[in-house]
Amino acid sequence: MPLDQSFVGRTYPPTAPYQVGREKIREFATAIGATDPAHHDPEAARALGHPDVVAPPTFPVVITMAASRQLIEDPALGIDYSRVVHGDQRFAYTRPVVAGDELVCVNTVEDITSRGGHEFLTTRTDVSTTAGESVVAVWSKLVVRGEA
Amino acid sequence: MELPTQTFRVTRADLVHYAGASGDFNPIHWSDRFATKVGLPGVIAHGMFTMALVGRAVTTWAGSPDAVVDFGVRFTRPVVVPDDDAGTEIVVTAVVREVTEAGLTRLDVTATCHGEKVLSQARATVRRAG
Repeated sequence: MPLDQSFVGRTYPPTAPYQVGREKIREFATAIGATDPAHHDPEAARALGHPDVVAPPTFPVVITMAASRQLIEDPALGIDYSRVVHGDQRFAYTRPVVAGDELVCVNTVEDITSRGGHEFLTTRTDVSTTAGESVVAVWSKLVVRGEA
Repeated sequence: MELPTQTFRVTRADLVHYAGASGDFNPIHWSDRFATKVGLPGVIAHGMFTMALVGRAVTTWAGSPDAVVDFGVRFTRPVVVPDDDAGTEIVVTAVVREVTEAGLTRLDVTATCHGEKVLSQARATVRRAG
């Protein structure tokens, strides 16, 4: 079943706030081998001008991947997740994510195209604090492989 | 200007660790049985794990963990990770494409595994260190 083209431009309601924990940042940094003290030690982060430990650049995917379930599980959009592969990923930061942030995601369907039997879904997720401060914009292109 | 090459070893244990930390439990990243069933040569690394390693390379080149202002990649080829102690290796290189008057440095990044590019259009913009 093809993706519903009428979803292009659609924006979903904000997700429930995600509380960024210091231990979650440490856990993520450890899993990717990021040893810089600013990811682990609040004092080192404060020396760089941040209120608490700083997340590595790709950390927001932890939040946006969970938020994207809004689209993946929308039966009206019609994504067969078993055939999805990750195409592109981009982060444009206003500032780094830090422990203590309370973040909400707003998902927008930017583009749906079809080529060579595959479909391409581009989403933008605007991540901001519950106070309305922009933190990072995240683009993700998913490829829904055609049935061979 | 070419930046110093950085290499990252990736084993199955790293993928399990990343799955837990990121919440991405797709079985193509830990089950050979499942990965081969869906037509892959075997278990592959999370694209976002590869991107995270490239992010480490970028912050190392920039000299600061909070220097990245824009970072994007296209995943072009899976990184197959064998079930042995050696795993595989991702080699990351970059060239400085532009230094802006605003003090931003734009990098064109290349990531390879067994000599083949696993990313394309990999670009990062970082604040100048210091």
